[in-house]
Amino acid sequence: MNYVLRRLLMFPLVMLGVSVFVFVAIRLVPGDAITAMLGTESGLLTPAQRESLAAYFGLDQNWAVQYWRWLGGLVQGDLGLSVTYGQPVSQIIAERFPLTLELALLSMVIALLIGLPAGVFAATRAERPSDLIVRVFAMIGQSTPNFVVALLAIYVLSVGFGTLPTMGRFVPLTEDPLGNLAQLILPALALGTAFAAAVTRIARAAMLDILSEDYVRTARSKGFSQGYVIWRHALPNALIPVVTLSGVEFGYLLGGAVIVEQIFALPGVGRVVLDAILQRDYALVQGVVLFIAFNFLLVNLLVDLAYAALDPRIRYGAS
Amino acid sequence: MSFLRALLRHSSGRIGAIIIAVFAVAAILGLAGLTPHDPLAQDRLARLQAPGARYWMGTDLFGRDILSRLMVGIGQSFAVALLSVGLATSVGTVLGLTAAWFGRLWDGAVMRAMDVLLSFPAILLALLIVAIMGPGLVTSVVAIAIVYTPIFTRVVRGPALSLKTRSFVDAARTFGSSRRYILTRHLLANLVAPLTVQITLALAWALLTEAALSFLGLGAQPPNPSLGLMLSDSRNLMESAPWMLVFPALVIMLAVLGFNLLGDALRDLFDPRTRRALA
Repeated sequence: MNYVLRRLLMFPLVMLGVSVFVFVAIRLVPGDAITAMLGTESGLLTPAQRESLAAYFGLDQNWAVQYWRWLGGLVQGDLGLSVTYGQPVSQIIAERFPLTLELALLSMVIALLIGLPAGVFAATRAERPSDLIVRVFAMIGQSTPNFVVALLAIYVLSVGFGTLPTMGRFVPLTEDPLGNLAQLILPALALGTAFAAAVTRIARAAMLDILSEDYVRTARSKGFSQGYVIWRHALPNALIPVVTLSGVEFGYLLGGAVIVEQIFALPGVGRVVLDAILQRDYALVQGVVLFIAFNFLLVNLLVDLAYAALDPRIRYGAS
Repeated sequence: MSFLRALLRHSSGRIGAIIIAVFAVAAILGLAGLTPHDPLAQDRLARLQAPGARYWMGTDLFGRDILSRLMVGIGQSFAVALLSVGLATSVGTVLGLTAAWFGRLWDGAVMRAMDVLLSFPAILLALLIVAIMGPGLVTSVVAIAIVYTPIFTRVVRGPALSLKTRSFVDAARTFGSSRRYILTRHLLANLVAPLTVQITLALAWALLTEAALSFLGLGAQPPNPSLGLMLSDSRNLMESAPWMLVFPALVIMLAVLGFNLLGDALRDLFDPRTRRALA
């Protein structure tokens, strides 16, 4: 079967599997849902009240019926009600997602702005000292967890400049673009560091491969300048693996940067998941996790489709 | 032996091996209780002390020795990483091999299940498992193992599919070799190279995930020292006691770097194209 068609057909199937997984996972959490919802107050319920609450939330039905109802709601965009926020889960996601999206985009821009030139530079100077320096930095960057970068950045800012990143109330982009950028630049740097390192390594490797290709040698022998050969012949092809990598990393970032959002007190999707898990708000965990998996799969699907469009060999090859 | 020599001749292999060896020694000493000070003992007169002759890496808010705590923390992180990656490798290898060998329904079921697990960013899946099992070191092992099992399943299944059709496997079948013998002696033996590379890289990710979970308070529980928790503790004190931030940060970075360097070197050594260039 055609690769693109197969990928498109797989998407809803995997998504269905994900919904079953999330549904069952939440029900494996110890303790019943009513107790989890009400906390210590659940001890005050009479058995009759407990039963009627269970009936209200449909918890007296078996799992199959519960799942079917939940799925029916999902299809209509109803992700349930969050107990801790007293709001529909979909509304909470709609409020938090723009921040996560902005942070992911900013991190990607930083990663590409640093990683791409660094990778190309290193490839054109392969095995020389400057290449080695770039590679060492890339290796260190890739080995440093984003929360370590975040903490070190805060430390440098506080000791070197006597200031701290603005935390507390989050300023949306539409309200104050500069204030918003000031708030997001450090978290984006923390997330972008390892990302940039990965881009550097993959761009360098791809560029090295391509620079040894016959058509590049032909272009050189025709007398084209090094810069022209790199920009017009090598770079466009070296971009294919970079696009793939960036897409996958972007998909990860859309899942929310749990720790970085926590460190910088940013109200994004990642922080909601963490809080929901800590507060046992199961409808929220269930809804947000499903939303994140959906984004992740969707971005991966788009990356695969883009890859197939860029490289015709994939379209007809095996999966 | 010659392979080890080749690894040590490879520049990043050498550096990676040295880093990991140093940390392994620290980890073993830490787990054996052979630390300079008791990692839990509180020296109230020496709170937040800067690195010096008595406390080489300084002390924390409770006057506990950072070096001793780091050694135990490294020991626990390495133990969690080794156990979880060991578990993921075993389960992933069995799933990948049997999926490739039996094909059809079993292959489809296994690979779709792996697709589902791969639909979550690693830390999110780990968080979900922590929610089910409750925080702790055992949970960290299970969570990290589940997160990385699909990767091993894929790494094994792909090459196993092509190995299955090779003539030496057909030959083994005609000789009457048992299925188990073929799977372990013919298929698995040929998968050692990709698996070794993947295990080394997975150890780096496992260290990161473990540190992330304990940073969030969902891994090792206090007063148990762990790298992530130590970093988390440093957050409000980094200006007055930067050593609380710098040493754990360096340890995590170097440990992950060590495994990454080793993984890169192994990949070079196992890859026939680069091996020729290195020889």
